[in-house]
Amino acid sequence: MSTTTATLVRGRGANSAVLRSEVRLFLREPGSLFGVMVFPPALLVILGSIPAFREADSGPAGLRLIDAYVPITVLLPMIVAGLQAMAPVIAGYRERGILRRMSTTPVQPPALLGAQMTIHGVAALASSLLSLAIGRLAFDVKLPQQAFGYLLALLLSVVVALSLGALVSARARTAKVASAIGSTVFFPSMFCAGVWLPVQSMPTALANIVELTPFGAAAQAMNQAAAGDWPSWSHLAVLAAWAVVLTAASARWFRWE
Amino acid sequence: MTTTHSAVRGDRPLIEVAGLRKVYAGRAVVDDVSFTVGEGEIFGILGPNGAGKTTAVECVEGLRVPDAGRVRVAGLDPVADHDRVTEILGAQLQESELQAKLTVREALELYAAFYPNPADWRPLAERLRLTDKLGTRFAKLSGGQKQRLFIALALIGNPRVVVLDELTTGLDPRARRDTWQLIEDVRDSGVTVLLVTHFMEEAQRLCDRIAVIDKGRIAALDTPAGLISRAAGSTVMSFTPSAPLDEEALRDLPALASVEHRDGRVTLGGTDETVNAVITLLARHQITAHQLRVSDATLDDAFLDLTGAAQS
Repeated sequence: MSTTTATLVRGRGANSAVLRSEVRLFLREPGSLFGVMVFPPALLVILGSIPAFREADSGPAGLRLIDAYVPITVLLPMIVAGLQAMAPVIAGYRERGILRRMSTTPVQPPALLGAQMTIHGVAALASSLLSLAIGRLAFDVKLPQQAFGYLLALLLSVVVALSLGALVSARARTAKVASAIGSTVFFPSMFCAGVWLPVQSMPTALANIVELTPFGAAAQAMNQAAAGDWPSWSHLAVLAAWAVVLTAASARWFRWE
Repeated sequence: MTTTHSAVRGDRPLIEVAGLRKVYAGRAVVDDVSFTVGEGEIFGILGPNGAGKTTAVECVEGLRVPDAGRVRVAGLDPVADHDRVTEILGAQLQESELQAKLTVREALELYAAFYPNPADWRPLAERLRLTDKLGTRFAKLSGGQKQRLFIALALIGNPRVVVLDELTTGLDPRARRDTWQLIEDVRDSGVTVLLVTHFMEEAQRLCDRIAVIDKGRIAALDTPAGLISRAAGSTVMSFTPSAPLDEEALRDLPALASVEHRDGRVTLGGTDETVNAVITLLARHQITAHQLRVSDATLDDAFLDLTGAAQS
């Protein structure tokens, strides 16, 4: 076996050891687990239990309100994962010298960042699928008719949410500051995703603005895909632009120490 | 055979630092620092807080990029060959932590997975008295237990060099002594040790050679004994005279480094020559020296002398 191969094999082993260890630590954070995995599906269950939400034409565009709320609860875990769960963890790792300690080993700190993004991304997507399944099974909400368009919007939203979280952790010096900034961005993000009022129900002027935000655009793209249309390119373009800008900004400003 | 072997090893220092300079905000934190560390040596870097000790060793660890100078660890550049240096250099950093909810066992297993030929963590944990703490989370460990875990993590990759920065800060005296014993064991197993400290006693007990750093520069580099004898007041004499001494006569003593009066007791720093002259002086004036004590200066005295000189 050549040295390069040996290094690669070892690198993979070490990276998976980091991932396993971070998964274990994620499972020890009840707050993050609840926020990402329990809160969004639970919200859907609670709203779906209100009879008015299940009445025909109770929602926008001929939908029931519960139909409109499925894409919202699909987006919600990403916002929680990126801003509330991941950002303070990464800022804390830097604040407490964990990233520095790791940079004195053959495994470099990007392995830790990669593991964090993988875990939070996968957990958010799992929670999204859970909400889709609950909607379909418990409340008779149709699965997205334009599955590829829906998936594309979903994946772009994960990238946006994780890079937004990474950007917050890049700018925050401590875990506390990251939590504070995270919460400040968290509520507007939830609003734009339509948690309080679905974007389709917003007044046109407000909806036009909200559609320029990443989660507003994501919500609209997913609504269109859910109804069976390919999402407007304008919504996808807004999402993709945010994904590029936020990723570039977090890469530009992230400090390992 | 052994002598030849160590002579051969001595030809090629394991750590070479030459003309190292690191500037922050226009101020040279490390300025023209040069030293070499031979294989199997315990080399100390001693200095007051803020002297640039940590910055200097961080350049050796490859955590910082020097502004000038050359650093090599086993012939490798810690910045350009960072990956290869991390495989042979184990580090214990000042002020670094682990994930709060990671247990001791998980930390040991995790860090062992980072290295090509890791040590078996079980005997290591035993040696560091961590065996009954394996299931404890990092945040629940005491300061001493955390330090011992960091020493274990520094050794887990079977390194050729360990860099220990303020290793015993925050430890109680007993834990500190245990740690010193451990460092000696580590060296005896063939590992080279670069030790940053501001504890004189620690440096005097452990180090083969010491670089005293003050304001970013090397103020002295020698063995502990060499540093002590080099200091102006390497011998300290104290006594309570039966009658007042003539100040003039005291000041004229040969090789006198310091004079101190306190509660009728006189303390003089100087050399053996000073001591002899004092005895002659006392005899001439028929003064008795009560509770006469003559002792070698400690590294503490030498350190104050060396760094004090650098200040003026």
